[in-house]
Amino acid sequence: MTLWRRPGLWIPLILVFLWGLLILVSGLDSMREVTFTLMMFATLAASLNILLGYTGYVSFGHIVFFGLGGYTGFYLLSQRGWPLSLAAVSGGLLSAAVAGLLGLAVLRLRGAYFALATIGINEAARAFISNFSPFGGATGLFVNFSYYQSYGGAGRALWLTFISLWLTILLVTVVSYGVKHSRFGLGLMAIREDEDAALVMGVKAPQAKTIAFVISAFFPGIVGTLYFFKNGNVEPGDAFQLHMSIETLVMIMLGGQGTVSGPLLGAVTYQGLRGYLLTSPLFKSLHLAIAGLVLLLIVLFLPAGAIGWLRQRFQGLRRFLE
Amino acid sequence: MVLNQLLASLTDGLLLGFVYGLAAMGLSLIWGVMCVINLAHGSVIALGMFGTYLLFSQTAWNPYLALLAVAVVGFLTGTAIYGAAVHRVINAPHLSSLLATFAVNMIFIGLGTAIFTTSPRNLDYSLGSLQIGAVIFPVTRLIAAMAAILLTVALYLFLFFSRPGKAIRAVANNRTAAELMGIPTSLVLASSFGLGTMLAAVAGGLIATFFPFTILSGGPYELKSFVICVLGGLGNPLGALLGGLLLGGLEGLIPTFMPVSWVPTVEFVLFVLVLVLRPTGLLGAR
Repeated sequence: MTLWRRPGLWIPLILVFLWGLLILVSGLDSMREVTFTLMMFATLAASLNILLGYTGYVSFGHIVFFGLGGYTGFYLLSQRGWPLSLAAVSGGLLSAAVAGLLGLAVLRLRGAYFALATIGINEAARAFISNFSPFGGATGLFVNFSYYQSYGGAGRALWLTFISLWLTILLVTVVSYGVKHSRFGLGLMAIREDEDAALVMGVKAPQAKTIAFVISAFFPGIVGTLYFFKNGNVEPGDAFQLHMSIETLVMIMLGGQGTVSGPLLGAVTYQGLRGYLLTSPLFKSLHLAIAGLVLLLIVLFLPAGAIGWLRQRFQGLRRFLE
Repeated sequence: MVLNQLLASLTDGLLLGFVYGLAAMGLSLIWGVMCVINLAHGSVIALGMFGTYLLFSQTAWNPYLALLAVAVVGFLTGTAIYGAAVHRVINAPHLSSLLATFAVNMIFIGLGTAIFTTSPRNLDYSLGSLQIGAVIFPVTRLIAAMAAILLTVALYLFLFFSRPGKAIRAVANNRTAAELMGIPTSLVLASSFGLGTMLAAVAGGLIATFFPFTILSGGPYELKSFVICVLGGLGNPLGALLGGLLLGGLEGLIPTFMPVSWVPTVEFVLFVLVLVLRPTGLLGAR
């Protein structure tokens, strides 16, 4: 198997695996909560990267799939009593299906127009869910506490969500690598560089873009279900936060767009930085301004991101850093 | 009775629509001239609100006099944003300029939150209200609408009949060719960004004369501006004003037919539909 000889895949995979294992072994609730947030953003960033980094389409409203999938999964488990794993996968599948339908229409737009349309979709979805009574309207849904008993209590249920997220982030890393090194992924990158040229060269751009959109929507749906299950409730304001979408973009830029490990690294760094700024008394009120300044400096002077810069600077690292 | 109510809510919506149009004009100008979507638009609107508020409450200036000062500061701020954040990435892929202006947005909102907190403010200023037939509306709104019309006409005349305006349109059409014709494109781009920012700040100041606001209030107007730009087409001040009127009218009329919470759904579905079916805008050329 040539796959076994690819350090670009195994290094991030083993690191993430050990990271999760460490938390599991330690059994500390506080560590689990911190890691859950980090892994959640890392998964969101890695899945958005498939669209943004490989295909070159900027989706500002990608969080819509987190919200829609999360809502669906949460509805299934809290109102219909489905088990968590099944509900989470259903949430992911619904997000993917919605992305497929939307993609057929919206992916005809290019550049900034596509970015604006995704903002519109997110806002429309938020406003729609706020009025949609099966999903609880503006107040949202919450899970009955007795539901946790079927998992052996709330504590065990939380560990179960953590393990599910851990598996999801491992899966998204494999998928991200797989896409990048497949014929399909080469087609995506051709679209990113020049869509018209790609079309002429025989890349079936409409299909390829839609599939990339579907893949990148699937994982946010799963993550959404897990996140809202962990919180015990879901409401429109939490599910469709435009700024979360944009923070995910920042993470990808920070780590390096179009790389496998970049979004993971970027998510951990950004969240870590934000956590530090929020708790430090000196920067507490200015954390947003400082994060903005960091972003501006990266965009202006380091557009390839950390991993991208390392790959450009040190040729020898390219084999190991994908 | 029903007709009166309809007329009242329509007038209300349309008066607001003029100001929406003015806010969108700033976004539309920047987008049309340099293909940059200014994500700092909302925070500039909010800063315009606070500028007017501070001049009014601290130095007791008349709010409309304060607007003039806000306009000047807004123009300078805009050129500064262009120089610091946009100029380096103007030829880079869209993501770079989107993120650069968003970074500016974060800096403004962050500083604003630190200084002003997010508690709501209110400009305590009233000129009474006016009654025409069965419709009653505050004079401040009427003035805001008239100011919006005046600025639109001024901008239109400037863009189409003055030399600098023609330079701006030339740069919007083809930057390289304009440069070859001896137009200092960087200067033109910076001043267009300044003009766009100025319009946004003034619109914010006008809104502040009749609505309470916080430092985060710019966000919804920014989203509305996107919708209006798409409805009205890019780079055309009249298109932005008409788009604003359309949106304002919708906002006035929809609540008489269905619950008010459905307004954003209708707006954004319309937005996505227009984008997909007619990306040049309802009034756009070709």
